[in-house]
Amino acid sequence: MLDYLEEILSTLKQNKLRAIMTGFSVAWGIFMLIILLGSGKGLQNGMEFNLRNIAQNAIQIWPGRTSLEHEGLTKGRRVQFTNEDVELLQREVSGIEDLTGRLYLWSEVPITYKSEYSNYTVTCITPAFYRIQRQNLIKGRFINENDQRESRKVLVLSQSIVDNLFKDEDPIGQYVKLGGIHFKVIGVSASPTDKDAKDALIPLSTGQRVFNGSHNVSNLAMTTAYQTVEANKQVENSVREFLAKRHRFSSEDQEALYVWNTMDSVKQSQGAFNGLRIFIWVVGIMTIVAGIVGVSNIMIILVKERTKELGIRKALGASPWSVVQLVLSESLFITALAGFVGMLLGMGVLHGATLILSKVYEGNPMIRNVFYNPSADFGVALSAAIVLVVAGLLAGFIPARKAASIKPIEALHDE
Amino acid sequence: MSKSIIRVEALHKSYVNGKNSLHVLKGLDMNIQEGEMVSIMGSSGSGKSTLLNVLGILDNYDAGSYHLDGIHITRMNETKAARYRNQYIGFVFQSFNLISFKNAVENVALPLYYQGVSRKKRNDLALEYLGRMGLRDWAHHLPSELSGGQKQRLAIARALISKPKMILADEPTGALDSQTSREVMDLLKEVNQTGIAMIIVTHENEIAAQTRRIIRLRDGIIESDEENAAFQHESSAAFLS
Repeated sequence: MLDYLEEILSTLKQNKLRAIMTGFSVAWGIFMLIILLGSGKGLQNGMEFNLRNIAQNAIQIWPGRTSLEHEGLTKGRRVQFTNEDVELLQREVSGIEDLTGRLYLWSEVPITYKSEYSNYTVTCITPAFYRIQRQNLIKGRFINENDQRESRKVLVLSQSIVDNLFKDEDPIGQYVKLGGIHFKVIGVSASPTDKDAKDALIPLSTGQRVFNGSHNVSNLAMTTAYQTVEANKQVENSVREFLAKRHRFSSEDQEALYVWNTMDSVKQSQGAFNGLRIFIWVVGIMTIVAGIVGVSNIMIILVKERTKELGIRKALGASPWSVVQLVLSESLFITALAGFVGMLLGMGVLHGATLILSKVYEGNPMIRNVFYNPSADFGVALSAAIVLVVAGLLAGFIPARKAASIKPIEALHDE
Repeated sequence: MSKSIIRVEALHKSYVNGKNSLHVLKGLDMNIQEGEMVSIMGSSGSGKSTLLNVLGILDNYDAGSYHLDGIHITRMNETKAARYRNQYIGFVFQSFNLISFKNAVENVALPLYYQGVSRKKRNDLALEYLGRMGLRDWAHHLPSELSGGQKQRLAIARALISKPKMILADEPTGALDSQTSREVMDLLKEVNQTGIAMIIVTHENEIAAQTRRIIRLRDGIIESDEENAAFQHESSAAFLS
């Protein structure tokens, strides 16, 4: 082993510049690969960070207009969800874990506190909502079953609204006028993703009663008990069938309902990121291939230059295999060393980027939703290493064959 | 009765170059015993280099037979050929053919590397041989730092270290001045006395005159193969002067 190393090093020392320039292209290829992969991961992490507050397996459904005639009824009918839908859905369709109906009021409603007021969108929900779309509780409490049952006039505001209306005052227990009616503020919330979100939430029953929503519900949101795409799709279809029967539209009608299944978008973006990752690998490998061709080129020249030496070795008893080993181990050595350097530099740059980014997050947290923790994990480094070994062997293949086929007599009389 | 180290019968060799075929060796018969000192003479184009290549298992032949120490040398794969070379034959070349970036010890030890001998043993043995050649002090010098005569002595040490049965020398004194040539020839004769067959290819009469037997080649056949009449005189002349 030591012999090998000695042999290789002495040959390389002969022409350091050439060895360095050869290794450069491989190092560069690996460097680019690591950077690109890390960045890809960063983008993916950002997206996942962005989605993590919405339950992975949530399905949201909005009513639309029918586009097909069905059971004698014309198309163009508006579909309207009601409380009954919610009740029956929960009872009849299996696989639904949490279910809430939401009611959006027609337009923005003025909320007034003392002399401050502004218009906000008010949403009427049931307590199940909090299990479907996570909120952070800053103060007080969320809307609960009692509020819903007794149609209490209570209100949960997001922090940004509180900042506007109450400034530094504690809003809990205070009364505001919502559309002219007094509501008590019972809680302050914040969205984990959007710090400027302005949510004003009141119980669904209250909204229906006070603002004349009767039994109507604007949309349905639910989580399922399942994690797989197929199972979720099943639930989605069951829900669709159920609603189609109740509201008498065809279950094939694509416009009667708008369904947003978060599983779908998660899978889609995962698919997109997988595609990105494959693309990056392809680009990275092509760069490395260019590097290999460079190494191979240099090795061929090297073999040519060493014709005499190789001829001598053969005359002294070197088998073709030992000559091949000589050439291959040299090209392997160069590629491995160069690749290692490239890998170190790549991971170093990524690490540095992570450090810089964490400073940036403090000033601008939204960036975290886009680009987060770019890193090349160990698996990536390992795959890169394997690519390198293969690359080194490939690069040395042709020159090694040339070396092995040198005829000693020709080499020795090569003057 | 000493054994035959080289037995060649009806040897033919041609070089094929595209459509042309050059018949270089046209049926040679030759028998060299262990411990003999033979020179092979001929002008250029006579085929002596080709013969050397065949004897040194550096090239194949087309017809006839070649036995080396009783072993029939046929067309064989390069690996086997390399092994035979390593075990039986030591080479000495006109242009020394030392590896320029290796020092003296490393050069001499190289044949042992291909025999699989360990590093320490190789280098120890190499130093010993260097000592015998009077080159001990130059052990860690590069070939470029040695004179022509020293380089050739180095090459001879390298040829001897694998304990071969014969040495093939191709114009060993071709690149040396007359004084150094004499020294090298004396060295080769000493080596020969230890029982190693010495085959020297040369075109110089003075060199051939120092061997006991001269085989003359002309146009691919053996013109003459006889005891060197001048041999006794040569050695006695040297003895006298």
